[in-house]
Amino acid sequence: MLGWEFPPYISGGLGTACFGLTRAMSSLGHEITFVLPQSVEHDPNTSSHVKLKVPTPGQVARAERRRGITRLAEIEGLENVTFRTIPAELRPYDRPADDETISEIERQLLIHEKEIATEEILTQATESAAASAADAPTKVLDGGSAPKKQHYGGDMFSEVHRYARLAMEMALEEGFEVVHAHDWMTFPAGIAVAAATSRPLVVHVHSTEFDRSGEHVNQRIYDIERQGVHAATKVIAVSLLTKNLLVKRYGVAAEKIEVVYNAIDKNGGTYAEPPAAIRRDEKIVLFLGRITMQKGPEYFLAAAKMVLEHVPNTRFIMAGSGDMIRKSIEMAAELGIGQKVLFPGFLRGDDVAKVYKMADLYVMPSVSEPFGIAPLEAMSHDVPVIISKQSGVSEILTHVLKVDFWDIHEMANKIIAVLRHPPLQRTLKEHGTFEVRRLDWRTAAEGCVDVYGKAIAAWRGH
Amino acid sequence: MPSVCFYFQVHQPYRLRRYSIFDTVHDYFDEIKNAEICRKVANKCYLPANQCIYDLIKLHEGRFRVSYALTGTVMDQFAAYTPEVIDSFKRLNDTGCVEFIAETYYHSLSFLYSRDEFKAQIKMHGDRIEKLFGQRGKVFRNTELIYNNEIAAAAAEMGYKAIICEGADHLLGYRSPNFIYRPPNADIKVLTKNYRLSDDIAFRFGNRGWTEWPLTAEKFAHWVNDANGCGYSINLFMDYETLGEHQWADTGIFDFLYHMPGEVMKHPHNNFKTPSEVVDTYDVSDVYDCHNLISWADTERDLSAWLGNAMQSNALQETYKLEAAVKAKGDEQLLSDWRRLQTSDHFYYMCTKYFADGDVHKYFNPYESPYDSYINFMNVLDNVQSRTK
Repeated sequence: MLGWEFPPYISGGLGTACFGLTRAMSSLGHEITFVLPQSVEHDPNTSSHVKLKVPTPGQVARAERRRGITRLAEIEGLENVTFRTIPAELRPYDRPADDETISEIERQLLIHEKEIATEEILTQATESAAASAADAPTKVLDGGSAPKKQHYGGDMFSEVHRYARLAMEMALEEGFEVVHAHDWMTFPAGIAVAAATSRPLVVHVHSTEFDRSGEHVNQRIYDIERQGVHAATKVIAVSLLTKNLLVKRYGVAAEKIEVVYNAIDKNGGTYAEPPAAIRRDEKIVLFLGRITMQKGPEYFLAAAKMVLEHVPNTRFIMAGSGDMIRKSIEMAAELGIGQKVLFPGFLRGDDVAKVYKMADLYVMPSVSEPFGIAPLEAMSHDVPVIISKQSGVSEILTHVLKVDFWDIHEMANKIIAVLRHPPLQRTLKEHGTFEVRRLDWRTAAEGCVDVYGKAIAAWRGH
Repeated sequence: MPSVCFYFQVHQPYRLRRYSIFDTVHDYFDEIKNAEICRKVANKCYLPANQCIYDLIKLHEGRFRVSYALTGTVMDQFAAYTPEVIDSFKRLNDTGCVEFIAETYYHSLSFLYSRDEFKAQIKMHGDRIEKLFGQRGKVFRNTELIYNNEIAAAAAEMGYKAIICEGADHLLGYRSPNFIYRPPNADIKVLTKNYRLSDDIAFRFGNRGWTEWPLTAEKFAHWVNDANGCGYSINLFMDYETLGEHQWADTGIFDFLYHMPGEVMKHPHNNFKTPSEVVDTYDVSDVYDCHNLISWADTERDLSAWLGNAMQSNALQETYKLEAAVKAKGDEQLLSDWRRLQTSDHFYYMCTKYFADGDVHKYFNPYESPYDSYINFMNVLDNVQSRTK
């Protein structure tokens, strides 16, 4: 299996999917060699939902000296997964250099004031939870330390190809039946490994260039994606939405694509806290995800403006980093709601759990969301959610509110309804918790294994 | 000598239009959609079914008899969108073989929330029926056959000689629904629905997976004959929309209806009676003791379709909370709008019970989700409330 992020240190995203899938496959008794682009970075604060043992820096260094071989078999539930890492500098959501990009320093400056305000709120919430007072972190915000190294250093495409070369070389030492590649950055590697070892290739599309960039696609990325889905014996799409897009925009035969929905781990984090006895009279609406064009931050803000006219005691938290953060901050100011919108930056670990605890509502206004694990996380944290109809996850969720991302009127209408009517919130929570529990990675893993079977059969017949 | 007693429920709600929190006009109902549905169902069901019933009455020279409960909201919509349906009911009424059943004008759950409103709506309904058909109902049915001893007593107090309800297994026990019962606390006769035979027609008729499919008139008459000596009246209570709308014409439902009375009456002891005739003919056999509320909905036969979650009870409570303010205002339009919001369908749309499974609830639901329907309803109610100030 070819991926680039493991274990996850952010909410949602590809790392979460790879982690959930491989663990479930491992428990089903399948052996997986997982090739990573770089050594696994791990911060004990982040992976709250699983016990992790990570290689020491010395191990990593030794591993990297041995051309990047390391085993993380001690990870609970991953007994059958072997990890191999390649020191390539791939970052999952990196974009090749882009004019919209702002420097880290500039970003920090812009959001500094917002952070102070948000910190106050987060601290209040922390204090209200007496039980956890002892270990309450004093530094709640870290302004996005996870993607801190997210510089667009070097040439992405040469990194992708370097990863492919090394993965191929490494693969020759391994025994396996199927090559499974996750998203475009590993597609060249997938193609190379499959060709060198005469194995069927399954590519797993978690997102496409059209989702990330709208109509302004990067031609080179599109070409790599196109090559990948055409070279593959079978394609796994994370939703019907993505499947249709692959048929329409990439010319893939529909019968070659299988839909396997993502899932979520049972417990939504270990941040155990008794429900706050005293509720603040302020309502909190949460946006949590990358602040990029794909995620629709401007629709969230436009709706926020309308909501505030009806429910003035509302705060909007936009947690995350991304290339539209500056634009979003400016837009909030232009709308005259700057005081009501907080940008805490990128949240991780306990801070994510904490912000869910505070939130009255989670909104995912994505313009294009192939799947969208984040709403599942919100639901598993007992937060009602509004999701855009332009998301894969809306195909499998019923106990949520759905809107078209562009329909800011309706978005505001629904946000107001949730804030004003506790019975609506309660009903969404009750059923949502139940619904989200039925979505497990085991089903997703079985789906993938099923696709492997089809790929192997097709490959033999080929 | 079983009688067969048909009672058909005829109802359409006033569906709400999309009403967001930003809307301010006092125009809540979706004229276009309501008219469209009314016309569609008139063509698929009401007109052909009325014709069929009329033909049967003529064919059997008055020995085929039926009863109807027409809600006030459906009569209003007929008058506005399809007056020919009213005419066809009048023609049926003129045969003298049709009885009209009393109920709340707005097909509401008012009994549960306001006894005054409940009585007011029953009177409104009675007046309307009398004006149209020149008869006043002597038999009562509550919305969706919601029933308990208390409701039976209320109906007795209002002078009704019988009340219609579900023949629930847990209340009947070993007893047959084909006898006449009475509540323990009031002098009124109770007609219990034979849900097996009713549902054979209403729900299973067109189901090809059903072991008894296809259901023929002969087979059904045979089942009726089986009740001979074990009951007085086989009460077939169902939505009128069963005929042609829930069971489409291509299932053969109209052919079945047309041939069934003849087959039933081949047995000389069998006949057809309206609810009033049944209770005038037969004596009470036993007590039907119903403490907890029952209905004819879903497999649960309880109130969970309208009161199963927090949204539903909240919406209902908030609606009836406005009663005093609305009535004090003395604004006829406001009163009518508020009353149309009481129609049970609005709360049924908010049901989350089977939402994920996609079933009958979804089929009747104009909203994408129960949550959407609650939000829409509460926005309208909010506006109604603003008019009371």
